[in-house]
This record gives sequence, C-alpha cells and structure tokens, in this order.
Amino acid sequence: MRAFLRKWGVSYLFALPYLVLFFVFTVIPVLIAIALSFTSYNMLQPPVWVGWDNYVKLLFGDDVFLIAIKNTFLFAAITGPISYFLCLILAWFINELKPAMRTFFTLLFYAPSISGNVFMIWTVLFSGDAYGWINGLLLRWGIIYEPVRWLTNPDTLLWVTMIVTLWMSLGTSFLAFIAGLQGIDESLYEAGAIDGVRNRWQELWYITLPAMRPQLLFGAIMSITSSFAAGKNIVALVGFPSTDYAGHTVITHLMDYGNIRFEMGYATAIATLLFLTMMATQQLVQHLLRKIG
Amino acid sequence: MALPIYRKRVTRSSGGDFASLVMLLGLGAFMALPMVYVISSAFKPLNELFLFPPRFFVKNPTLDNFKDLAILMSESWVPFSRYLLNTLIITIFGTAGHVLLASLCAFAICKHRFPGSRVIFNLIVMSLMFAPEVTAVPNYLTISWLGWVDTYWAIIIPSWASSLGLFLMKQFMEQMVPDSLLEAARIDGANEWQVFWRVAMPTVRPAWLTLIILSFQSLWGNTGSTFIYSENLKTLPHALNQIVSGGIARAGVGAAVALMMMIVPVTVFIINQRNVVQTMGTSGIKE
Repeated sequence: MRAFLRKWGVSYLFALPYLVLFFVFTVIPVLIAIALSFTSYNMLQPPVWVGWDNYVKLLFGDDVFLIAIKNTFLFAAITGPISYFLCLILAWFINELKPAMRTFFTLLFYAPSISGNVFMIWTVLFSGDAYGWINGLLLRWGIIYEPVRWLTNPDTLLWVTMIVTLWMSLGTSFLAFIAGLQGIDESLYEAGAIDGVRNRWQELWYITLPAMRPQLLFGAIMSITSSFAAGKNIVALVGFPSTDYAGHTVITHLMDYGNIRFEMGYATAIATLLFLTMMATQQLVQHLLRKIG
Repeated sequence: MALPIYRKRVTRSSGGDFASLVMLLGLGAFMALPMVYVISSAFKPLNELFLFPPRFFVKNPTLDNFKDLAILMSESWVPFSRYLLNTLIITIFGTAGHVLLASLCAFAICKHRFPGSRVIFNLIVMSLMFAPEVTAVPNYLTISWLGWVDTYWAIIIPSWASSLGLFLMKQFMEQMVPDSLLEAARIDGANEWQVFWRVAMPTVRPAWLTLIILSFQSLWGNTGSTFIYSENLKTLPHALNQIVSGGIARAGVGAAVALMMMIVPVTVFIINQRNVVQTMGTSGIKE
C-alpha cells in the first residue's frame, strides 16, 4: 500500500479535485436519476418505491409523451444528420480556400453557435404578422396572401425551430472537422493521385474521411447529444406549451414534470429513457462510421 | 483555370470549385443574414423598425436604441453594474477553476496513466453524451443539500467539472506533449507540480485557450435561472432578457442588447481562432 501510494499518490492528488466534482455532478446524478425513476417523489415527502409504474404510465398512459417522442425523433432525425453533413461539407469546402478566406468563412459559420441569445432574432424574422420579415417578403412576392403565424401554427412551428437549430448548429463538431482536415498529411493526397484517385469525391471517400475518422466519431457524439437534447431553445422560440404540443419534445416534457409539477420520479424516468436512446444511437453511428472508405 | 481564392490540386475540376464556391456563398448568406439584421436593427430609428414592408438595412442609423437601453438600465431597481459584476464573478472564477482542475486531471490521466485512468476516461467520453437536462433533477437536489442555492457557488462549482474541457485537454496533451520532455524535466530535479505547471502547461497553450473560450461562452450566457433567486445575485443575461421581454415596443432595444451580448464571445473567438482550431485537431476519438 505504501509503495502504491508513493508511486501513484501524486497522480491521484492531481486527478482528485476534478474527479470528485465529476462524480458529484455527473456520474452520481445519473445513478440517482435511474434510482429515482422507480419511485414517486415530490421533493417534500421521502421517495416511495413504485417499481415500473412510471415507465408503464409514460409509455402506455401519457398521450403527450407520445407526441413528445414523435417530435423528438423527427427533430433529431432531421437536424442531427443535416447538421453533421453540413459541418463536414462546409469544413471540407472551407479547407480548400486560401488562408484569409478560410478564416473569414470559419468565423461566419461558427459565429451563430456562440452568439447566445441572438437566435431570438428569428422570432422577429418569422413574426406572425405582416411586419415579420419573411411574411413581408412572401406577401410581396405573392407566394402567400395572408401572413402565416409561423411560431404558433402547429403545422409550421416545429419546422421553423429546425431551421433556427440548423442555423446555430455549426459548433464544436464543425471546428473539429476543420482542424481534422488541416491535420491530414498532404503526401497522402499525392500518393492517392498517383494511385488513380480521379476526382474530389473519390479523394474524400478513400483518403480524407478515413484519415479523419477519429474527428468524425467525436463530431457524431456532439451532434447526437445536441439534436436529442433540443428543448430549451424550442421553448424560447415558440413558448411553453406550444400550440397543440406541436413543439413538445422529450426535454420539454422533462422540464414540465421536473421544474413545474415537481413529479421527480416521473421526470427522472423520462431522463433515463432519453439517456438510453442517446446511447443506442451513438452505438449505431459508431458502427456506421467503421464502414467508411 | 483556378478561381483566385482556391488552392489548386490535381483532383479538382474548375466546375467543382465554382459549384462549391456558390454553395459556400449561398449558405454563408443564410448564416449571415440574421446577424446582419441584428446589427442593422440595433441602429434603426423607431420609424424604420416598424416599416411596412419591412426594410432589411438601416437607412438613417442612430444610437437611439443604445440610449434607450442606457435609460432602462439606470432605472432598474438593482444597479445594472451589479448584474455585470455577477456575470463577471461567475465567468472568471468558473473559467479559471475549470481550466486548472481539468488540466491537472488530464495531465494525470494521460501522462501518469494511473491505475483506473482508462476506465475514468471512458466514463468521461460517455458523459459527453449526457444532456445537462438528464442530470438536472439530481443536481438540484445535491446543490440544495449543500446549501448552495442562491449563491454563486451553485453556478461556479458544477461548471468546473465540464467533461468536454477535460476531454479536449487530455487529447491535446497526449498528442502534443512528448513524454521525453517531461522526463528531461524530472531528471533536472523538477517535482511533478513543476513538471505540470512549468513544462506541460506552456506547451498546451492552444488547449487551455480553447477551454477558456468554451467555458467563457457557456458562463457568459448563463441566466442562473434555476439556482439564483435574489435579484442582486442575478446575471447580466437574465437582466437583459427581462428588458427584451417587454415585447414589440422593445424591438430596437432588444437588437441593441443582442448585439452587445454577441460581440463579447465573437471577439474572444476571433482573437483565439488559430489556437482553437489547433486544439480541435486532436479532438478525435480512436476506437
């Protein structure tokens, strides 16, 4: 024991402060959430064990949750892949530019994701009256004859939130892809050209993508997390609850039960299901990424 | 013929270069338009804000919106400088603590490889997938149990343990700090803290600048809504949101606020762009 401490004591001392906080605020909360999901708990009385009741009620007795699942999957299935490929394609195009232009375009595409509340400007652009910029434009061009209430009409509001989400989705993965592309050895391309790579698409598939597979995996994790975790920004754009629950996602359902109704057992059951879904999706994507090149 | 802004390669056709340039410019316009609209609206006088049909660019720029904002700020019950101070305290302490703790831990994980470090790192990679909302309920319980509700600590301490920062730092250190460099310092008689602080940290400057940016951005925009109840502890974004929530009458002031909130993180990124991109280059996950 003493020899072990002499050898590793400093290492554990270095790692400890972070790890204590990491366990207290991330690992243990996940375990608590899983445990609480089998109870009924309102934060005033001690939790009462209810077995699978929360899950049964969620999946078979909660119509609003079914809407939330449908919206979340629709939202994730559209914004996740589109944003991922947008990050990749744009990073790829940008990488071909000369350095000054590259810096300019990187900033242009990355800026929305770090601009905080600026996305709320979309509520002005998509405003439901004729003063809304998009309504004004469409009215002038004669495409529509009366203003569309973009953010309150259940047929349009989820799509508007998807557009806004895509607009601000070129974040960490985008930078990771740009950096990954810059790190690829130029001689690989020269060798490829000699070996018969004819056009940019072959080069992308056979050389570029396999060389940046680690970044692709990192980017995938970031994209999956953000596309399944949509909720806060949707509420900011269309309010809560949205018309006919058309913008209701698993996260907004979770916030409803956790922050408003204080049914913590039920809320953590929602969180646990969401977490399992994200893990499963990540496994699937990792499997797909192995097939590149 | 190569387009003047493109680097030329054998496998590139001019038609393809042209098509990708068109796509870049098209998507670039889509990205830029809302930003341009915010900037131009912030300088619009009242009569231009409510024109029909709406006009995109400002015609007679004024500073009226910024003056209105200043008046609203001076009228607020808690002095505005207090909100700014709160945000600065949270941002500075949160960022400094995060960079230090995450770097120390990353150093121990990738340069000492202590028993258990692999398992811990895999846990951290897995936690990149946790939406913060998943742990929101238990975190609230923990923080109220610690008695941190309605204090700065409720925001600062959890931000120290962000897993993305540790992940990026560990990846960068592992690939960019040669073990031989650390070994040489040890032979010269440096203790582990000196090896970490004097040798490793200066070498990974791009990585900690990146951690600063990421942490700064999330704390600068933090509204502190769940944990902070006292008005004099609330943050700048919270106060600015209150002003904007005044509705359509505050459209101009709202744009001025958005512009001010946007300028800070964007400027910080512009200054550090090269370091961030270099750090992200090592972010890949090997299977």
